[in-house]
Amino acid sequence: MSGKTASAGTSPQPEQKKEKGRFRKELKTNKVLFIMLIPATLYFFVNNYLPIVGIYFAFTKFNFSGGLFGSPFCGMENFRFLWESGKLTMLTVNTICYNIAFILCGNVLQIVCAILLSRIGGKYFRKITQSVMFLPYFVSYVILNVIVYNLFNYDVGFLNGVIRSIGGAPFDAYNTPGVWPVLMVIFYLWKQVGYGTVIYLATITSIDPELYEAAEIDGATVFQQIRYITVPLLLPTFITLLLFSLGSIMKGQFDLFYQVVGNNGVLYSVTDIMDTFVYRSLKQDFDVGMSTAAGLYQSVFGFIVIMVTNTLIKRSHPEQALF
Amino acid sequence: MEQTVSTKNKIRRTPSTMAFNVIAYSAIALLSAICLFPLILVVSGSFTQNSVLMREGYRLIPSALSTDAYAELFKYPEGIIRAYGSTILCTIVGTALGLFVMSMTGYVLQRKDFVYRNRVSFLIYFTTIFGGGMVPWYILLSQYLHLNNSYVARVFPLLMTPFLIILMRTFISSSCPAAIVESAKIDGAGDFRIFLSIVLPIIGPGLATVGLFLALAYWNEWYLTSLFITDREMYSLQYYLYDMLNSSRFAQEMGMFLGDRELPGESIKMAMVVVVTGPIIFLYPFVQKYFVAGITIGSVKG
Repeated sequence: MSGKTASAGTSPQPEQKKEKGRFRKELKTNKVLFIMLIPATLYFFVNNYLPIVGIYFAFTKFNFSGGLFGSPFCGMENFRFLWESGKLTMLTVNTICYNIAFILCGNVLQIVCAILLSRIGGKYFRKITQSVMFLPYFVSYVILNVIVYNLFNYDVGFLNGVIRSIGGAPFDAYNTPGVWPVLMVIFYLWKQVGYGTVIYLATITSIDPELYEAAEIDGATVFQQIRYITVPLLLPTFITLLLFSLGSIMKGQFDLFYQVVGNNGVLYSVTDIMDTFVYRSLKQDFDVGMSTAAGLYQSVFGFIVIMVTNTLIKRSHPEQALF
Repeated sequence: MEQTVSTKNKIRRTPSTMAFNVIAYSAIALLSAICLFPLILVVSGSFTQNSVLMREGYRLIPSALSTDAYAELFKYPEGIIRAYGSTILCTIVGTALGLFVMSMTGYVLQRKDFVYRNRVSFLIYFTTIFGGGMVPWYILLSQYLHLNNSYVARVFPLLMTPFLIILMRTFISSSCPAAIVESAKIDGAGDFRIFLSIVLPIIGPGLATVGLFLALAYWNEWYLTSLFITDREMYSLQYYLYDMLNSSRFAQEMGMFLGDRELPGESIKMAMVVVVTGPIIFLYPFVQKYFVAGITIGSVKG
């Protein structure tokens, strides 16, 4: 990202005056550009910055008649409840573990797909399979909800149809929490594999073909070429994507979890993540204070993770830093 | 994607290459089949009679083709047509507005002579690092801006994303040389005029890419409707489907009917899925390349 804010707030008085003068000059010469930024500024102010004020809800027993400042203040009560009920730990563990599994499995599968696709000679085969693998990305999560139900429904699901036809006992997936962590990862992969493959394919395409030609002349097999040329050259892309996803390690795949699991309480212990919990506390329990508290915890936790990662990267690989 | 191994004819004969090809073709074919399989199940379900579906379960190829589900679905088409209409409307308005504002913002942010471009970029990027969370945002929009049961609630939140703005900025700076802007300025054109009549016309592919990302988000939108819309007549297409699924599953579990609303059969739901997703699948082959372009550029410069 391009945020270089190094010059902000160094020495106080004279700098500020200079700053003010510069701003006025800039405003004069580029008045129209400032005006053109107004819509975006307004959007991000209302949609992203103004809600930060509402963090205050986390410290109140919110009621709708009181609003922002009329509701009774209750200090850390909401956080204490979340902590003592053990919810916070469970949600944090679920959110982070799922994200790690998504990131690792996702990237590995995407890299494998990209490498295989790049080596496939048949042009039509390659184009068609790549399109097919990218297709699920375009399908909404509501449709995924339908698909999962079709596959795993106890009575009419495809899986139990197959099991019954070979004489086995039907499997009640929706009441077996243990299988869901694996299933969720599979659903995620189904939806996202095409997207990441595009990124890695682009990187592979930019590799100098002479490298492969030279390796071939030296007698390297396809496997060796992949092992010693493609994989090492994909590594920087992999690291960049990894760092990006680390930044959102506390942001769960809300759409995926909410649509697939829905309000099936049996599965909450293994499938509830921060985002689904916040949504339900708001929509079903109307507990604004509590859900804001959970959301604030999530935001701050995520923020700290990003800051720490970014500082560490800046020290070792400054060119890869996020900002 | 165009460049595979250029000398493939020469290497095809070695055993390891043969082995690799067998692995590559079968693995990719298998993965594609897995990606496609659930969707085929849905389509096949929609062409199966509901009673057959309940008896035999979902099958890859229906034992007897039937279009009953579609006939049943369109017996009372008002709901679907209304959801379709409002979704098309929101998609068009949102995409047009979002495109205009994001390309305008991207244009300003790539102007090298605009001193505050990096600071504004950072303020936009910062929203992805920290925010107030979903609840304060929801309270603001619903309680203070009174967007409940308003189409604004379905359009406004999706108008812009930092990712797309940065994508737009990259597109503009790479396809529109600063010299053109320079010379237009010397000829006396204002900044907005330059944007409208010089920049916009030459960033067609960029507009297509960003526009398609936007349109997809609006078309697949169910979350905003679930938060802000309670009036059934204003449901988005996806939420209309979601509501249909939920109410029938709920009724199935309770073993009863929901008031005067009839319980939709399984195959009708599948027909609904096909109707909802149809336009995307139909347009997909034509628009795919724009998404690929966007993802490629976004991942390199993002």
